[in-house]
Amino acid sequence: MKALIKRLKQKFNISDPMYQRDNEVFITVKKEDAVSFITHMNKVEGFTHLVLLTAVDWLEDGKFQLTYLLNNNMEKMDVGVQVFLDREQAEMESIHHLWKQAPTYQRELKEMFGIDFPGSPRIDEPFILEGWQEIPPYRRDFDTKAYTEETYFPRPGRKTHDPAEYMKQKLYPEE
Amino acid sequence: MSKNDLDKRIVTGPDGKQFEVDPMQDYFCQERPKVHEPSANKIWEKFLNWARAESLWILGYGTGCGAIEMRPLMTPRFDAFRYGIQWRPTPRQSNVIVIGGYMSVKTLKRVIRSYEQMQGPKYVVALGSCTINGGMYWDSYNTINRLDKYLPVDVYITGCMPRPEALLAGFEELKKIIKKGKGEGQNLYAKNFDEYKANQKQIIKNWDMPDYNW
Amino acid sequence: MADINKYRDKFPDKNPDGTNIIDMESQKFIKIWQGPQHPGITGNMSLELIMQGDEVLECKTHVGYLHRGFEKLMERRLFIQNFPLCVRIAVPEPDFNEYCYAATLEELAGIKIPDAAEWMRTLILEMSRLTSFLMHLGGQAGAFGLGVVAQWSNYVRDLMLDRFEEISGGRIYRMHMPPGGVRGLTPDGFEARMEETLRTIESTMRDIDKTMFDNAIFKRRTVGLGYIDPAMVDEYGVTGPNARAAGIPKDVRKDYPYLKYPELDFDVITATESDVYTRTVLRREEILLSVDLIRQIMVKMPKSGEYMAKMPNVLHWKIPKGETYIRAECTRGEYGYYTVTDGSGYPRRVNVRGPSYTHAVALMERLAIDCNIADTAGLMLSLHTYPPEIER
Repeated sequence: MKALIKRLKQKFNISDPMYQRDNEVFITVKKEDAVSFITHMNKVEGFTHLVLLTAVDWLEDGKFQLTYLLNNNMEKMDVGVQVFLDREQAEMESIHHLWKQAPTYQRELKEMFGIDFPGSPRIDEPFILEGWQEIPPYRRDFDTKAYTEETYFPRPGRKTHDPAEYMKQKLYPEE
Repeated sequence: MSKNDLDKRIVTGPDGKQFEVDPMQDYFCQERPKVHEPSANKIWEKFLNWARAESLWILGYGTGCGAIEMRPLMTPRFDAFRYGIQWRPTPRQSNVIVIGGYMSVKTLKRVIRSYEQMQGPKYVVALGSCTINGGMYWDSYNTINRLDKYLPVDVYITGCMPRPEALLAGFEELKKIIKKGKGEGQNLYAKNFDEYKANQKQIIKNWDMPDYNW
Repeated sequence: MADINKYRDKFPDKNPDGTNIIDMESQKFIKIWQGPQHPGITGNMSLELIMQGDEVLECKTHVGYLHRGFEKLMERRLFIQNFPLCVRIAVPEPDFNEYCYAATLEELAGIKIPDAAEWMRTLILEMSRLTSFLMHLGGQAGAFGLGVVAQWSNYVRDLMLDRFEEISGGRIYRMHMPPGGVRGLTPDGFEARMEETLRTIESTMRDIDKTMFDNAIFKRRTVGLGYIDPAMVDEYGVTGPNARAAGIPKDVRKDYPYLKYPELDFDVITATESDVYTRTVLRREEILLSVDLIRQIMVKMPKSGEYMAKMPNVLHWKIPKGETYIRAECTRGEYGYYTVTDGSGYPRRVNVRGPSYTHAVALMERLAIDCNIADTAGLMLSLHTYPPEIER
């Protein structure tokens, strides 16, 4: 693993790797170099299996973090490539020419987070939801409990009488 | 089905003639459902209720988690065939629909279509706690919370999952209800048709079916 | 399979880039939905097929009927509250969810679980694989008309569920592997009852051999159907028995050993040609391998000891910031959980990688082309997909 990181650092401008286990590493790459880095890993270094492509919403920093998890089955190594995108203009180059399963992941990300991958086949077709009119649901500013209480008719719960609360109200009514 | 398939449009036939086609009017009937009164002869009605209760044919549609406990019912260990319960592949041949657990909005549209295509008298059995008040997914944006706002339910079977023995007890309860003459789910649906439709249309945003699928 | 290239001149014209020219108004094509209410679909998924005559020209899959928004719900609950929720993601085989979720939390928090707990987890995972394979075998036979195999295999699966009920109290959702260990070890007399169940399974497999695998009609219908090229395995991300049947030895239990698999003695099963018949034979071999592994585990497992590590108060448990990915070998392929924590009491993001994500959407659309309409159900079932884990 260390030899691989040394080789990659000479060629690309990547951050310091974070070693989670001996054979699992997370590297951060800039958005412009990301697709060429992934193509290099796929064709030259032998990371031929795309495990998953997902996104994490860091609302406080105003960023989306995309994670491409690549796996080399010969050497038994995992590399997680992290790319940070701006939250307002979430757009990224598509990798559908490398793997035929990538368009499915990209369709789901467009529908659930709102991250666009221009050029990916069938990117605008709804994948999971039908007739959805709100903001993309997996974003952190979408409140799912409030939406449920408004739209579906929740059954009101039982009235319980907590003795501690009742005594507190009786003895100290001004608090 | 894309939106274009159901629009009104002009079509060229194989022999070159042009004619106008309106699928929503041509292929679907626009009648509302009717209320069926029980027959005046009490003994005949009792006999009919006995016949309906002893041959409940279930639609084979596993809508959610609950479907996983339907398979052991078919096997010799919990044998449901001896009670007259069979699985049928189409709605036209069945008269009970078993809603197994949670229902997302997409599934609700298909279940309404299947339910309305079934022939009367028909009954709805709701499995699990997700149909009563939302269950474990009470705060999910894609699952419905109360089933009886959209479909008339006859029997609830509680559990998460209900065991096959609980399912058989639930069917026994349904049989008692039918024999007493109280299996009125279908008439309830026909009487309060507007209210059920309004609830359904409120959450199903892309409605491209007729009001009642005959 | 007949050589359809002989009839190619009757098929639709092709565009310059190879795609078909399909004109629905010309009444030569028919669009059929093999929809969610269908006995020949595994779970709740639908296929939109465009056909000419009997052959399928184009196939689109539609998923999303079982979407509950798990990943969003998990962000709103404490770590320990997520434990009964994550079980319901893959309904017929729920133990892999518990194991992967617990393993990611233990790795991020730095907790090591005791020895007896690891053996117990291995036993439960192997038993779960066995029940899932048995149910699938019944479904696969039912798609080609052999309903009796489904009755037998579901009956023996029921006997195995009885053993589960003895250990943990639940038939379907066992919830036996919380973060930190397991909830209990095996009760008294468990080995004798387990041995009896395993013997019943083996004798039923001999019956199924005579009925299904030596059946001329089954062989004629399935040999040559749904052929997966070894080059497609990396392009489409195929894992599990689908990839092993194509000759590529991918098995998470050998490549990235976890729990007590390094101490068990087994080989990776591969085959050379991946069509529906070979995949079914491979799954039958895996059933017998699971039976053998369970026997090995029952011999080597400690019968008593510590089974739960020392945990902090789970209602106020905070895990430091980090991210990790843990994988396990379930019956369908590689099952994984990717967890991101941020130092508070709630997980930041939990992503579930189900193997059916790649099999049922991209691979099925590729394999269904030029298939007969009577065989699409069997093809769909041979990829062994469970729709709940596609859309969670």
